[in-house]
Amino acid sequence: MSNLLLFPIIIPLLFATILMIFPKRLKLQRMIAAIGAGVTLLSALVLLVKVNADGVHAVTLGSWPAPFGISMVSDPLSALLVVTTSLITLFVVFYSFPTIGVKREQSYYYPAVIFLMVGVNGAFTTGDIFNLFVFVEVLLMASYTLIVHGGERPQLRESIKYLLVNIISSALFVAAVAFLYSVTGTLNMADLAVKIPQIEETGILTVIAVMFLVVFGFKAAIFPLYFWLPGSYYAPPIPILALFGALLTKVGVYAIMRTYTLFFTMNIGFTHELLGIVAILTILAGCVGALAYFDVKKIIIYNIIIAVGVILFGVAQLNQPGVEGSIFYLLHDMLIKAALFFLVGIVAVLFGTTDLRKMGGLIKTYPVLGWIYLVTAFGLAGIPPLSGFPGKLLIVQGGFEGPQFWGSIVILATSLIVLLSAVRIFIYAFWGEPVETVPLKKSVFNQMFIPTVILVAITVVFGVGAELFMPFISGAGEVLLNPSIYIDAVLKE
Amino acid sequence: MEIIMSVAIGFLFMAAVYLMLSKSLIRIIIGTGLLSHGAHLLLLTMGGLGGNSPPVVAEGVSVSDYADPLPQALILTAIVISFAVTSFFLVLAYRSYQELGTDNMELLRGTEDHE
Amino acid sequence: MRTNDVMLQTATKVVTFIILMFAVHIFFAGHYTPGGGFVGGLLTTSAIVLLMLAFDIETVKKILPINYVTMTAVGLLLALATAAASIIFDVPFFTHAYDYFDLPLFGKTSLHSALLFDVGVYLVVVGVTMTIIQTIGEDE
Repeated sequence: MSNLLLFPIIIPLLFATILMIFPKRLKLQRMIAAIGAGVTLLSALVLLVKVNADGVHAVTLGSWPAPFGISMVSDPLSALLVVTTSLITLFVVFYSFPTIGVKREQSYYYPAVIFLMVGVNGAFTTGDIFNLFVFVEVLLMASYTLIVHGGERPQLRESIKYLLVNIISSALFVAAVAFLYSVTGTLNMADLAVKIPQIEETGILTVIAVMFLVVFGFKAAIFPLYFWLPGSYYAPPIPILALFGALLTKVGVYAIMRTYTLFFTMNIGFTHELLGIVAILTILAGCVGALAYFDVKKIIIYNIIIAVGVILFGVAQLNQPGVEGSIFYLLHDMLIKAALFFLVGIVAVLFGTTDLRKMGGLIKTYPVLGWIYLVTAFGLAGIPPLSGFPGKLLIVQGGFEGPQFWGSIVILATSLIVLLSAVRIFIYAFWGEPVETVPLKKSVFNQMFIPTVILVAITVVFGVGAELFMPFISGAGEVLLNPSIYIDAVLKE
Repeated sequence: MEIIMSVAIGFLFMAAVYLMLSKSLIRIIIGTGLLSHGAHLLLLTMGGLGGNSPPVVAEGVSVSDYADPLPQALILTAIVISFAVTSFFLVLAYRSYQELGTDNMELLRGTEDHE
Repeated sequence: MRTNDVMLQTATKVVTFIILMFAVHIFFAGHYTPGGGFVGGLLTTSAIVLLMLAFDIETVKKILPINYVTMTAVGLLLALATAAASIIFDVPFFTHAYDYFDLPLFGKTSLHSALLFDVGVYLVVVGVTMTIIQTIGEDE
């Protein structure tokens, strides 16, 4: 089955299209959306097992020979990310049932969510830089509809800015692709990895590499291009926020990871050092925001930015522990951010506000929720044996082995700030004088709580059983560090 | 020819930046349109101008005479995408004009704290 | 104020069909020369928009009672199904098949599976564009 790696893209596309036909049939919408996400997850798992057994899968669309057609490549990294994406989308669909509201559900909410999954899975799987642009646009288009979905006033206002920022970054993307094509004459990533080392003029390539860093930096929200993120992500309701926080920035991070390990390696002394410095600045900027606000949504949103910095710092080291740590932390962060937003969403629903100062004493009425939140917060900060720890440990180790040891010190120090920012929510919302909560039906609470608990359990397993997942992670790291494996798989024919 | 194209692209980018820095939303949308046109033109120019025949197989044309089809295919894709995004932006602008009663970006400023 | 649009309406009745015929021509021209589903779809949309300008949205809705979102979905399904047929034959996705047939009236004609894909594109383009135009136009 040469087309297996396309299944996680085709299946959701099929289901999203079917969902578009009958927007008003609520039960059918929910059912088909859940089945679609579930089947996609299944196909992604099969793909992961296959890729891990037989090595990198590649297929070039339309039976063209490899550098000329559009190549789709599934290496262990992209397979892992596709699995995580499908998993998170499935949980977001479940979490949406009680929270998103019937009105939204009946106006193409689920098709947009599933289309977003198409775009994200496609962006993780593609092996062609222009095709990456196309899939990024697919997911952006879905995200435009989701961010404005419901049409509340703040949503409209913020989505204009979100749209504008992304249009500008897309135009920059096209311009960067134009320069890359004029210098190398190809856009296939594997072919680029062959052609770029043959070019002696590394100056122009360095400029192009930095242009791509800016383009992907807009999507990944690195310093100083993160300015649009807190405002835009604040506007939509929690399930959409969880989806965005878990998936959207990660596409930018993945793109930087891929391009900066596969072919933009001609001037490591400049580009990767720049990436490392920018990553540290991103962490610091995120920390300032995470401590400055008294709003639960805002605090977690700034934690997205911190995580992006941590992951990219690992990539910038370009050594085995750094890259493996980045991959581990990337997967951990996708899961934990979704779980945190789910929990914060429940808290916000219970109090009817997102302002920390108006909360308190939830531990007396909802003790399980409180302790689950604490576990998740510890996981976020990377307290062993939870899932944030192994990734961060490897990244810090990579930093000490590389030239930027001071970056590792910053990461260790900021872990405390991350912990403080997350525990602050615990202290304000769960301890203190009980504040009157909004009455919530037990069944509705359970509908929100059960997917959350399962997701948290998965992150705990991912952390405690890190040894189990390490073969997958190091397989992915090996392909990133040895581009020849990737190149051979694509250009084999 | 490349020089003229570069100047044209630069002019498009300049006009786009000017329009996007203005306060009126509709001017900003026109600016984004110009920006993507500039990017598409850049793609075409960077792909290498030249080639006298369209990239469709025909008799009596040597390989070196064909124009490079790849930039054309890329631009077509990019145009379709920017068409979709621009029309979405127009609908959004219209909706927010109805809802918020203004197309002035100055008045759309502020954070979620003040309604 | 009621404007006198007899001339526009009379001309539209003729021009719409010319545009539609041209759309069909462009659609099939996409076989080997520039043209295809996207351009054909846009031309079709322009014909419908002209109708809307000359008459009004309600009238056009009565003539063409189509749910354009469903049309988009059907188009997407068609395009996806054509591309996905390659999965059954276990060749890379999007691989297209073609052959030459002797058809009555047309003579020797080459038929491509890409044509079905293009029909899908055509439906999607018409559907999406009309949805956008209706969204903006309906409130007035």
